[in-house]
Amino acid sequence: MSRVDVANVTKKFGQAVALDDVSITFEDGGFFALLGPSGSGKTTLLRTIAGFYFPEAGTIRIGEQNVETVPVEKRDIGMMFQNYALFPNMSVADNVGFGLRVRKTPAAEEKRRIAEALELVQLGAMANRKPSQLSGGQRQRVALARAIVTNPRVLLLDEPLSALDKTLRVDMQIELKRIQREIGITTIFVTHDQEEALTLSDRIGILKAGRIVQAGPPREVYDRPIDAFAAGFLGEANWLPEAALSGLSLPGSPGGRRFATRPEMLSISAEAPGEGRNAVKGRLQQRVFAGAMATCLVDVAGQQWKLVARDRDIPELPGGGEVWLSWDPADTLAVPA
Amino acid sequence: MTRSPLVLLGKIWLALILVFLYAPILVMAAMSFNASPFYQLPFQFSTDWYAKMAGNQQIITAAIRSVLIACGTTVIATCLGTAASVALFRYEFRGKRILQVLLFPPIAIPWLITGTAMLVFFFAIGIGRGTPAVVIGHVALALPYVIVTVSARLSSFDVTLEEAARSMGANAWTVLSRVTLPWIAPGIVAGALFAFAVSFDQFVVSYFLSEPGDSTLPVLIYTAIRKGFTPEINAISTIIVTVSMAVMFLAARFSKFGGSR
Repeated sequence: MSRVDVANVTKKFGQAVALDDVSITFEDGGFFALLGPSGSGKTTLLRTIAGFYFPEAGTIRIGEQNVETVPVEKRDIGMMFQNYALFPNMSVADNVGFGLRVRKTPAAEEKRRIAEALELVQLGAMANRKPSQLSGGQRQRVALARAIVTNPRVLLLDEPLSALDKTLRVDMQIELKRIQREIGITTIFVTHDQEEALTLSDRIGILKAGRIVQAGPPREVYDRPIDAFAAGFLGEANWLPEAALSGLSLPGSPGGRRFATRPEMLSISAEAPGEGRNAVKGRLQQRVFAGAMATCLVDVAGQQWKLVARDRDIPELPGGGEVWLSWDPADTLAVPA
Repeated sequence: MTRSPLVLLGKIWLALILVFLYAPILVMAAMSFNASPFYQLPFQFSTDWYAKMAGNQQIITAAIRSVLIACGTTVIATCLGTAASVALFRYEFRGKRILQVLLFPPIAIPWLITGTAMLVFFFAIGIGRGTPAVVIGHVALALPYVIVTVSARLSSFDVTLEEAARSMGANAWTVLSRVTLPWIAPGIVAGALFAFAVSFDQFVVSYFLSEPGDSTLPVLIYTAIRKGFTPEINAISTIIVTVSMAVMFLAARFSKFGGSR
């Protein structure tokens, strides 16, 4: 287990800059999610840490070792791929034991560690199957066992859950988190699914156009986004129109800044709310019932706002009628314009 | 639809093709077991022609030569072809497209033309006629077949398997021998069988490039027929057809069905 330091790394593909002077630290034993739209450089960053790409500039340290010129096979990493990349001609046990055999581990120890790794992912009974005889979730677990069986210094995950259906994905998220805690391995996880990033990680890095926009604990990034992109990418944001700003209690002066609220911070009512709350007027477009929760779409001065609340907390409202949306002034997000 | 006259016509057509393809071969095979040297009926079973053939030193020498040349060609063409396929699959380099396009015409160019060109060329550069020339010629003819079959297999290869192996600490050689080669093995076997068949059945190029007296089996048969046809030729031809068909059958099995299992 080691910490990973990426300092001033630049990676280009021809003329295109995939990573632009990226610096970020992955703490020892942490679970770090790299989040961003496609083309943001999150996968490039992961593959540069893995050693599939060599950066044009900058340094990468795993533990105490500078690795930016070290090839993949000498970096002592574990990696899980989006399509699992299990060897089709080998049994589950041989897949898991591949890294051990490459390291010339004694046969008895190899056997014991394969069994341990399969036990950890609850696949002890499947050791002799071929990958083609497993379900998607089971393949996933084999890939995970294979990535950690050599006790690598860092575990790299490239959208490993995106091929699973929703229910299975949630199960695997819980499982992944449990295993990561159990072995305490530094984990870097690439995803485009913000919910997955929030659920799994204890730190999040948001990337855009080859740069790290913001990095920090999920709650911090969610509650205090550094700019409009971070606010809109992690969670949803209702932007306050400039015309509505007067009369509201805002954190700091409005000059050069934009303000927003989160959908779950809002209350909706037919009458103007009491003192001490920020409020804007709008027109109710739609109310969508989804069991415990409901979503309201409201037109505020030409912009569509979204409110999410427990259905029982939303009063009866006339469709197309005038409504008030209000929130605690402390819940206002402020970012540079 | 299945009862339409067109389907019936198609079936008759297919039957005719099969008859014209296989009837001569079957007649030849039958005659190789017929006692009469003049193809006279009634059929009288005999293995005399095979015994005679086995005693014919010329045929045995030519057969051994043919097998040796085919084996040499197979080894060389398979190694070169596999290496070329992997390189074409893995690397981007200047002229790659042109190289890939240039692989196919040798399959389409008549062997007569290729053979003549090779003869002229080999004399010009000093190799001349002889076994080395025959092997080089056969390798050149077999190479496209190997590259096509191995490349077909490689095109379904998932490169992340190699990346996964490397992430687990495997060096380039281990990746190749444990991950890539096992995957393309059926393609390599099929390519090797094609190469063997191309070389073993090769007449024109062998005829042009062999030194007089050093004939391969097909060349010997041609020379023998010119002197007069004996059922001995039927016997050796029957053996060649059996071996060739077995090889092709295996090649088809490996190249087509090998992957799904």
